[in-house]
Amino acid sequence: MRNRNLWLALIGLLAVLALWVDFTETRIEIGFLGLQREIRTVLGLDLQGGIQILLEADVPPNQLVDRGNLEDTRRIIENRVNALGVTEPVVQIAGTRRIVVELPGVTNLEQAVNTIKQTGLLEFVDAGATPIPEGTTIRTSLDLPITGTAPVTATPSLAPTPSLTGTAEVTGTAPLSPTEPVYRTIMTGRNLRSARPQLDEFRQPEVAFTLDAEGTRLFAEYTSRNVGRYLCIVLDKKVISCPVIQEPITQGQGVIRMGSGSTLADAEALAVTLRYGALPVPLKIVDTRNIGPTLGQESIRRSLIAGIIGFATVALFMILYYRVPGVLAVLALSLYTALVFAIFKLLPVTLTLPGIAGFVLSIGMAVDANILIFERLKEELRAGRDLAMAIDYGFERAWPSIRDSNISTLITCAILYVFGLNFGASMVRGFALTLAIGVAASLFTGIWVTRTFLHALLDRISARGHQGWFGL
Amino acid sequence: MIDIIGKRYWYFALSLLVIVPGLISLALYGLPLAIDYTGGSMLELRLPSGAAPSSEEVIGIVGQATGFPTADIRAQPSLQGTLIIRTREMDAATQARVMEALRARYGDVVLERFESVGPTVGAEVTRGALVAVAMASLAIMLYLTFAFRQVPHAFRYGVAAVLALLHDVAVVVGTASIFGKVFGWEVDALFLTAVLTIIGFSVHDSIVVFDRIRENLLRYRGEPYERIVNHSILQTLDRSLNTQLTLIFTLVALLLFGGTTIRQFIATLLIGMISGTYSSIFNAAPILVVWEKREWRTWFRRPAEQPVP
Repeated sequence: MRNRNLWLALIGLLAVLALWVDFTETRIEIGFLGLQREIRTVLGLDLQGGIQILLEADVPPNQLVDRGNLEDTRRIIENRVNALGVTEPVVQIAGTRRIVVELPGVTNLEQAVNTIKQTGLLEFVDAGATPIPEGTTIRTSLDLPITGTAPVTATPSLAPTPSLTGTAEVTGTAPLSPTEPVYRTIMTGRNLRSARPQLDEFRQPEVAFTLDAEGTRLFAEYTSRNVGRYLCIVLDKKVISCPVIQEPITQGQGVIRMGSGSTLADAEALAVTLRYGALPVPLKIVDTRNIGPTLGQESIRRSLIAGIIGFATVALFMILYYRVPGVLAVLALSLYTALVFAIFKLLPVTLTLPGIAGFVLSIGMAVDANILIFERLKEELRAGRDLAMAIDYGFERAWPSIRDSNISTLITCAILYVFGLNFGASMVRGFALTLAIGVAASLFTGIWVTRTFLHALLDRISARGHQGWFGL
Repeated sequence: MIDIIGKRYWYFALSLLVIVPGLISLALYGLPLAIDYTGGSMLELRLPSGAAPSSEEVIGIVGQATGFPTADIRAQPSLQGTLIIRTREMDAATQARVMEALRARYGDVVLERFESVGPTVGAEVTRGALVAVAMASLAIMLYLTFAFRQVPHAFRYGVAAVLALLHDVAVVVGTASIFGKVFGWEVDALFLTAVLTIIGFSVHDSIVVFDRIRENLLRYRGEPYERIVNHSILQTLDRSLNTQLTLIFTLVALLLFGGTTIRQFIATLLIGMISGTYSSIFNAAPILVVWEKREWRTWFRRPAEQPVP
């Protein structure tokens, strides 16, 4: 009896916690656990609108793709996508040769594709007597047709960037006025042979590079005539660093010092960009999905209505058919709903339309455990058992079939999840995950919570003379 | 007492009555596979009110914008002002051209959904789908054989549950083929999700009946197997129907009020769930009896060989 009250209190506490999580959008930090979490509803692309692009390594099907190269590629794409200013872009490796890019809220597919496909253009630019601050976007002589130098396209399989000035627009910098100076491009990344990160004698990160024959000649010529002046390293028209030329570089080797506060990882990232100019693994687009924002809004509204109506009909049915236990089951079901939604927000689970369907469906399943138990309960009561004993018997006897059926559902969920994982089919994955969480939670609420409620009720009323309460 | 087991062949016949037309349709027309499996592009558009284009007109415009032969383009305008266009795979630039051409003709056309799947991905998804169904069936069969290991012939329970499950897959796939022909349904990635969910639920129902048989076999030792099975079905009938009802409530709510993009998914689930409950009660459990009595030995015997009364 005292035990029971303790359980009731715990269930009540859990309900309050779950409800709190359901209705807040905040950040929690639990210091002593080192736990830090943002509590919020994460909506999938189909609900919030946006673009999903699946990229695949454009190499023969039997050729293996190096994991490290794929990871480098992912990082470069992530950088490019970040320039779009999307709130939460997702760039993930899927399987062994694919990368999934998800851009919530983005509607312009063409712009997104161009951003992902853009080739990084490395230039060595003559800055003259004064250095250009890092991060400045500049114009170079490469933009002008007179130089005759073709833009670098390191990966032939990808379309060349239509216009390089377009990059400036994408990064969100204000358009350049025509009066701004145009810097002369000495050489492009095409003449770079290798680039690797290292630490100098003061343990500062830097990138060492070597040039090919033409690059060595161009570089030697230029540096011997311009000692004391500045040479800027520019990537996609953005100044990375502007070292001063201390002596002529004739051997075709040099280093790029990183700005203060840089780490070896930064040097590594720069080396990767320098080395490849573009992506280390050539990519092609194999799958595109683009959902307009209105469709998503509509879907959320409709799912909500469907969920409420579904819940209400189930609740009504349970109460009409099973009476008092039905009321308790509906209470447990409310706790279930609050609990599962709280888990979604805490993990977090990305909610998609099929995911919500899985959730609503799991409400129906959560009731199944109760129905099984209550039918058993009725049987035991009909067999003339005492009520308290009938409850325990009902639960005990119903348990094997509940266990077996839920395990087989979980097996299916696991197979679905793996299937979804392999193909970047986030729809299928979302459904499997929400259904599995629902099944697990329903075992707790459907069995433990309902049972505690029933016993707590029996402690307070006399069982005799209340047979009608149990729908008999 | 209702005798379900005694009329088992009637119930098998009813199942065949539902399955066979679907299988015929499947043989004749195949499955209406969506771009998820075949590769291609799909645009779902919302037209400004008043615009009611014919599909021929849309196909003409899209053909001009993409350069695809018109045989590769299908257009489905609806009365609610939406327009669905399906073509072979197109890239982002082509999609932008299509939108431009449509806007030039109809005014403010809103792109609600655009999907484009390459052929290799489609083939992989198809293969993965078959593997997923096969693996799920196998895993469930193994689990059931394990769960019923204390009952004689535990393996039969696993096989009977999987046969009932295949029955439901056949019903759903056959229906999809017929509805594809009649209502223009499409079998997409969600369809597979629906099928796998149905498999899970079908096994749910079978297990509940089997579990009762397991219990009753111990309780009523010496009773004929047939009677025990029939009794077990009747004992669990209330539960099966009530669970079914609550599921139908939620599914119908989703069907009527849920998002349009998952309507077909929900309808498939609904058909499958009903089939799942039916097959568990009227197929899975009777199959156990057929197996126990080895009735197949008499299936092809002429009636004349039976003693004439």
